[in-house]
Amino acid sequence: MKKDLLGIGDLTSDEIYLILDTTEAMREIGQRPIKKVPTLRGKTIVNLFYEPSTRTRTSFEIAEKRLSADTLNIAATTSSAQKGETLADTALNIEAMAPDMIVLRHASSGAGHLLSRLCKSRIINAGDGMHEHPTQALLDAFTIREHKKRLEGLKVTIVGDLLHSRVLRSNVLLLTTLGAEVWVCGPATLLPPGIERLGVHVSTAIDEAVADADVIMMLRIQQERMHGAFFPSTREYFNTFGMTRARLAHAKPDVIIMHPGPMNRGVEIASDVADGPYSVILEQVANGVAVRMAVLYLLAGGAEGD
Amino acid sequence: MPKLLLKGGRVVDPANGRDGAFDLLIDGDRIARVGRDLPVDRDVAVVEVPSGFIICPGLIDMHVHLREPGQEHKETVATGVAAAVAGGFTAVACMPNTSPVNDNAGVTEYILKKAAEANLARVYPIGAVSRGQKGEQLADIAELKQAGCVALTDDGHPVATAMLMRRALEYAGMFDLPVIEHCEEQTLKTDGVAHEGFQASALGLRGIPGEAESIMALRDIALAELTRGVVHIAHMSARQTLDAVRWGKSRGARVTCEVTPHHFVLTDEMLAAPVPYDTNVKMNPPLREAADRDAMLAGIADGSVDVIATDHAPHHYDEKRVEFDRAPFGITGLETAVSLCFDRLVHAGVISIARLVELLSINPARIMRVAGGSLSEGAPADISVLAPDLRVTISVERMRSKSKNTPFDGWHLRGGVAATIVGGRTVYQNDDAAIGL
Amino acid sequence: MPIVLDADRIGRSLTRIAHEILERNAAHGGIDELALVGIRTRGVPLARRLAKSIHEITHQDVATGALDITLYRDDLMRTAVGAQPVIRKTEIPFSIDDRRILLVDDVLYTGRTIRAALDALIEFGRPRVIQLVVLVDRGHRELPIKADYVGKNLPTAQTQSVQVHLMEVDGRDEVEIIG
Repeated sequence: MKKDLLGIGDLTSDEIYLILDTTEAMREIGQRPIKKVPTLRGKTIVNLFYEPSTRTRTSFEIAEKRLSADTLNIAATTSSAQKGETLADTALNIEAMAPDMIVLRHASSGAGHLLSRLCKSRIINAGDGMHEHPTQALLDAFTIREHKKRLEGLKVTIVGDLLHSRVLRSNVLLLTTLGAEVWVCGPATLLPPGIERLGVHVSTAIDEAVADADVIMMLRIQQERMHGAFFPSTREYFNTFGMTRARLAHAKPDVIIMHPGPMNRGVEIASDVADGPYSVILEQVANGVAVRMAVLYLLAGGAEGD
Repeated sequence: MPKLLLKGGRVVDPANGRDGAFDLLIDGDRIARVGRDLPVDRDVAVVEVPSGFIICPGLIDMHVHLREPGQEHKETVATGVAAAVAGGFTAVACMPNTSPVNDNAGVTEYILKKAAEANLARVYPIGAVSRGQKGEQLADIAELKQAGCVALTDDGHPVATAMLMRRALEYAGMFDLPVIEHCEEQTLKTDGVAHEGFQASALGLRGIPGEAESIMALRDIALAELTRGVVHIAHMSARQTLDAVRWGKSRGARVTCEVTPHHFVLTDEMLAAPVPYDTNVKMNPPLREAADRDAMLAGIADGSVDVIATDHAPHHYDEKRVEFDRAPFGITGLETAVSLCFDRLVHAGVISIARLVELLSINPARIMRVAGGSLSEGAPADISVLAPDLRVTISVERMRSKSKNTPFDGWHLRGGVAATIVGGRTVYQNDDAAIGL
Repeated sequence: MPIVLDADRIGRSLTRIAHEILERNAAHGGIDELALVGIRTRGVPLARRLAKSIHEITHQDVATGALDITLYRDDLMRTAVGAQPVIRKTEIPFSIDDRRILLVDDVLYTGRTIRAALDALIEFGRPRVIQLVVLVDRGHRELPIKADYVGKNLPTAQTQSVQVHLMEVDGRDEVEIIG
């Protein structure tokens, strides 16, 4: 495996399966009375989060602690970033303290690549701008495999603000690599140009996209990332693209509903779907810790600088 | 100073219909004679030009950011003209987006003073269209012309409104000043940082469609027609814009256009590899798709493109060592242009050397109405001596520009600069070319 | 490559060990307190065979589990060149508190695997007693670890390697020394 995990784009299908299989073993640790193994004892991991995030950061933190690593959380709002220090200088200062790994979340696409060029530490991308969120896609794939026993040949439909979503890009790359049939659906104003080149079916009609789907993944409408008039109102969005019980009826009877969170209830997903029997949203969160343990374990060993 | 006789080179001077083995005699700051087998008098220093070397009218880069006054950490007039002559240019036209903006005689005169002190390449200042480049009121255009400006631009952005562009074209027309336009519809650009297409989508970068450029070009061409004014489209990058230029020219509009070397060499695939999110690949207008790059090459070949200019945009290393979307737009160009032009245009069979001279000397001189573009007897001795077969490895270490922001570091190219002569003085000689001036 | 134990001898060793286990643990709580935990990979089928033998003798089931010790190895982050070792699941579907645990492995060598297994096991609870069963003891201990039940003692040189093949994993039963 490469030194860093910056995106699904860097992983082969064998490596993806290795991560998923390792996650199985890691999950068992969370079921023990003492949820700890000594594997990363003495390793220092810095969680460098430039964007607010409770869910992902705590998930990584728990994963790191279960592997007995020493963790350090740096939230940019309280740190030198406020004083105008560049990412490059922050990284070099942290690097001087020799952490083994840096888990980075940042608002700029490619921030992890910049860090990787500057630092010897292994970099794990916990979400960079609109680019990728690889551990999210991995935990999504793990959750799907739990329910469907496979990924190949499944019809997976992803609905929402496709243009600005890093979860979309990571999931599309992973699912197409493993042979799923991927449909993406959203308003025409939110379709990334050229997306069909990634091997997905593109649709602006929700019923067509959802027909006979095995998995439906709803993406958040990211108000904080939007500039300009991409759709008239959340009300109209819900009416045209929101996931409701009625729309679900077009999918397969054993369809599973996923969402990376946090959800906007009543905008992209109706509450009775989010809380209903087809939803695996809470399982996704639970699986997140095991997946991140697997990634940390697999990246922590290995030769210096592959 | 003794007279200087350049003997045995290949003189390419389309203005005088010459392309072949000619001798060229320089007396003082003028070209004295061009002919075959010129006699060698006693007070003449003879330089045996290596065979195959090109002697052509001095190259002129009409789109350069010298950054002085105000941003001397990136470049100064002195370092900029040193880079220019190392790149084979005998003259540059510099952009007004300095700090303060060049919208008055004071700044223009300051720039000219610095250029005179450096005493290397000639510098032709370009003045602002609007005060402070704010797009509200016209700058004092007559004053700028008087002080020495050769054109006007609000480069960095387009002239803000159609109304203002119309007035600028009408008013500047009185002084024979072309308006150079950075074509970009601002609401389509918003906060885009890369060409809108598959590469930007895959990398999660906000896109700028080619139409953002062509829509503004169409506006300006229509206004040029309306006003009988002269508009020059800066750093053209999109195939749609080239189509607009062809359309405008066919209708008799007084429009010319330029393309930078990076826009006819590179595409947006550079965003992903070899260095993903390399900020030295970020410029405005952005690198576009292969179809756009190929359209630029076609336009260069068929004459629709008038000028090659570098848009030399130096930025300090610290400013570029940031996240892609936070980095300033721009790359340097003075010291890579000639090699890229030889390697990717001449040796690639796209154009002849005569056509290259048109693009890099004759047309810029004509558009800006400055001396140059020919090796006529009596003309100023601004001469570029080029080595078309010289093996060059681009090296930022050896560049004279203060800034090193280029994606071409390490490139192996065929073709380079042997020497640069301004007003009869040799201001640059390339040791690797062994010309012995 | 000399085969030092064939299928027949392996079978008889395991039967003997099963009897020894029952003898030594007979005075205490009975089969209910016993549990076999095989160390992955080949310790697991060995543990299952022992459970079967014990069942044949006593007509009672013995709790059996599988332990993966990869995450407890002391050489993990040191000299790994290339990929990390693959982890398989630990499956101990019973409480180990107050039990008499029989750790089962194929080869006892430096003792480091057993040390890791002890560390892992302790995380699951507090057994009353832990005993060690190995098919082969090849000597060269680096830690103060001793097997309670041994199929065969095999003196070896450190340059040699002992390969255990089991039907469940490799399709045949034999132990060979290489080198």
